[in-house]
Amino acid sequence: MAPLIRLEGLTKRFGDTIAAEDVTLDIVEGELFGLLGASGSGKTTLLRLLGGFEVPTTGRVLIDGVDVTMTPPYERPTNMVFQSYALFPHMTVAANVAFGLKQARLPKQQADARVEEALELVQLTGLGDRKPSQLSGGQRQRVALARALVLRPKVLLLDEPLSALDKKLREQTQFELMRLQRQLGITFVMVTHDQDEAMAMCSRIAVMDRGRVIEMGTPRAIYERPQSRFVADFIGGANIIDAEPAGPGRVGLPGLGIECVMTDALPTKGWVALRPERIALSHAPVAGGPWPAGLIEAVAFHGDFQMYRVRLDSGVELRVATSNVPGDPGPGERAFLSWAADAPVALTR
Amino acid sequence: MSAATARRRGVLALPWIWLGLFVLAPFLIVLAISLSSAGYGSPPIDFFVGWQHGHPTFNINLDSFTLLASDSLYIRGFFNSIAIAGATTLLCLLVGYPMAYVMARAPARLQPLLVMLVILPFWTSSLIRVYAWIGILKENGLLNGLLLHLGLIGQPLVVLNTPIAVQIGMVYAYLPFLVLPLYATLQKLDWTLLEAAADLGAKPWAAFFCVTLPLSWPGTLAGALLVFVPASGEYLIPELLGSSSLPMISTVLWTEFFGNRDWPMASLIAVMLLLVLAIPLLFLRGGNAPDSMSGAGRV
Repeated sequence: MAPLIRLEGLTKRFGDTIAAEDVTLDIVEGELFGLLGASGSGKTTLLRLLGGFEVPTTGRVLIDGVDVTMTPPYERPTNMVFQSYALFPHMTVAANVAFGLKQARLPKQQADARVEEALELVQLTGLGDRKPSQLSGGQRQRVALARALVLRPKVLLLDEPLSALDKKLREQTQFELMRLQRQLGITFVMVTHDQDEAMAMCSRIAVMDRGRVIEMGTPRAIYERPQSRFVADFIGGANIIDAEPAGPGRVGLPGLGIECVMTDALPTKGWVALRPERIALSHAPVAGGPWPAGLIEAVAFHGDFQMYRVRLDSGVELRVATSNVPGDPGPGERAFLSWAADAPVALTR
Repeated sequence: MSAATARRRGVLALPWIWLGLFVLAPFLIVLAISLSSAGYGSPPIDFFVGWQHGHPTFNINLDSFTLLASDSLYIRGFFNSIAIAGATTLLCLLVGYPMAYVMARAPARLQPLLVMLVILPFWTSSLIRVYAWIGILKENGLLNGLLLHLGLIGQPLVVLNTPIAVQIGMVYAYLPFLVLPLYATLQKLDWTLLEAAADLGAKPWAAFFCVTLPLSWPGTLAGALLVFVPASGEYLIPELLGSSSLPMISTVLWTEFFGNRDWPMASLIAVMLLLVLAIPLLFLRGGNAPDSMSGAGRV
């Protein structure tokens, strides 16, 4: 299937700073695609390039096979939900939603029906006469959604759609957005700095850093099989350990002074990522070693699990997340660590 | 009532005391003079309220009212003043809106400089600036010199002492009063709203008319009033640049007061001018009901 959106070698410079560098990616129709990165990673620039608010320094943007690189926003089949929502303060909710239809010169009767339908879609029926200033944050966001969706865009762009909402409302809105996306079948491209949000919502994620796409894939693939140290650390946090190949099915961890079994293959000298929750912690040495051991330096209680910081005898510090360790070891006690063969993930960059 | 409440009420009363002393009281004096008769004393009026043989006497003189209504000089003066002030406001809007817009969209570090440039002429006395226009507009002045030199005209244009000269001078003098409040409003405008408008299919001009213009309305209105109200009472510019080519109400008032020493007439003109300006303003305020965002650019 041909991709709905294709970015080809997209680079955007602002003076000396590079906001996006040589980004190439495809987004398929019906995806809920996430652009994930810290602030300044270039994710918002990429979204703005898609919406037509920036012209790339080099590269092309194709939507539905059409080169829209130079097309202004008002001629693109995309609509955006702005981070600040950017509702027109001097217009009622209904007028905000009707704005795009009015620009398209849709007859009033049809426009009214479409506005009503859009307000119903985001559960704001009956609030059409209010001004944006009379709405709560969550309601404003739904007006912004309705205003964009009423135009039935090929692509809906969402800039940090949940960042201005409180925690409880955020979770509810997450499901709401996913429902809308499935119900309407519109391709969503969402920018977020929140990895939990991206993982929970998106069909695929592009992890960005300093203007580049570091890795791209399904949330599960990105989380369980990261390729790079950056992504392994950025998504969920991981212990990154120097590693070298040590024969078939084995890996050497010189920093820890051990070798262990590993399902994943490490072709050359590199690193492995060990998720804190994939490491087991016990009071007594574990069979099948040699396994590393060390002193517990600190324990942080997180409710459903505890995070241990263990200083190994080799000097390396590992984080271990686990629950229900018999005897509830505390700081200063000795801990013995071990993990399954499929826990370490080979990283090459 | 606690001391704090009393103090707060005292502070709140201050503007009212100020308005009472320096606006209402003088206005009432002027109103009273307009109802009195001209006299030969000093001041040259016979006050309409007197005291004779232990009784108060009232001698209200309405001659000025009948004269004002019957002599076309006054009507023409009012008309000319309002027309010139209206044209000045319109021209200032046409020139000033783009200026304020460009200033508000200029890079942030340039903006203080641009504001400075708008304010800079105020550092020279307005009398001198109006005189400078005489030097530009007179028959052998800079404008004619330039146009003759470029060969665009064969004969010097007669601009000075015509209504056109008055108009040029007025627009020049009042432009900053429109630009500054408008700039203040536009500068606070959230430009993301224009991106949103574009995103929803509005071409740049449509976005301007649907978003920028309505949201800058408070500043536009404030600026237009700051131009229109003082411009309709302007005396200096019509006198210096227009000579007597265009009788304005301010020049008529001057003549009544200093030339004819007819204080009641001069006062009546002042009262009428105030009414002519104030009544439409009351309607304007009533029509522009306060809502959540209209306070943004009030000056």
